[in-house]
Amino acid sequence: MKDLKSQASKSTTPGKGGLTPEIQSRIGHQLRAMYDDVVRQGVPDRFAELIKKLDAPGATPHVENEGGSNDNNNGRD
Amino acid sequence: MPLTDSLRNDILAAVPSLRAFAISLSGNADRADDLVQETLLRALANIDSFQPGSNLPAWLFTILRNLFRSDYRKRRREVEDAEGNYAKTLKTQPSQNAHLEFEEFRTALEKLPQDQREALILVGASGFSYEDAASICGCAVGTIKSRVNRARSKLAALLYVDGAEDFGPDETVRAVIGGSGG
Repeated sequence: MKDLKSQASKSTTPGKGGLTPEIQSRIGHQLRAMYDDVVRQGVPDRFAELIKKLDAPGATPHVENEGGSNDNNNGRD
Repeated sequence: MPLTDSLRNDILAAVPSLRAFAISLSGNADRADDLVQETLLRALANIDSFQPGSNLPAWLFTILRNLFRSDYRKRRREVEDAEGNYAKTLKTQPSQNAHLEFEEFRTALEKLPQDQREALILVGASGFSYEDAASICGCAVGTIKSRVNRARSKLAALLYVDGAEDFGPDETVRAVIGGSGG
């Protein structure tokens, strides 16, 4: 039976690709942090509008503000 | 299938993640949004070819990836100096104390071969299975696995070349990431 010491050293044992689990975790963490930083910005208005317009071909695009969405960016280039 | 309300909502729901993928691939927020827009237009134009019940995000990611790759070939020459520029072009700014580390990480990510970078992002950040990532990239599952492993090794070499001694994640980070070591 393995003692606790060998279990404790497990976290610094290189895993696949010669990486320690700690470094693998760190890469995963930074990758998700970077990615989620963008995901948290949600759906920009331009895309919501685009999908809404294309949903009703030929129809005059109408903007509904019932959701209280902020359209401040509409005037942008 | 026709563009039902629920399908439209599902497409909208995929947009944040498509943007994150596009920014990770291109390193440029403006270009990423153009890619997302093109992806949505193409998806909506070809919505009839989407199989109901199949993986909608994977379908959309496939479109975006293909657009990026054909676009990349065209632009390759003009963005050869991207390494030094791309971090500046990002609109999204991480919180201040993480800023330097973020930039360092993004720069390292940009140095990976494109095949490895996209595989790592799809599996490590977007949360796709190896199987879905393989289908998005049009390659074998084993190829994706090896690309992800090589990407990790290269990132580790770029970022943590001095070994683990200068690296001490605090307990919060450990707690957050501890459960997902898979």
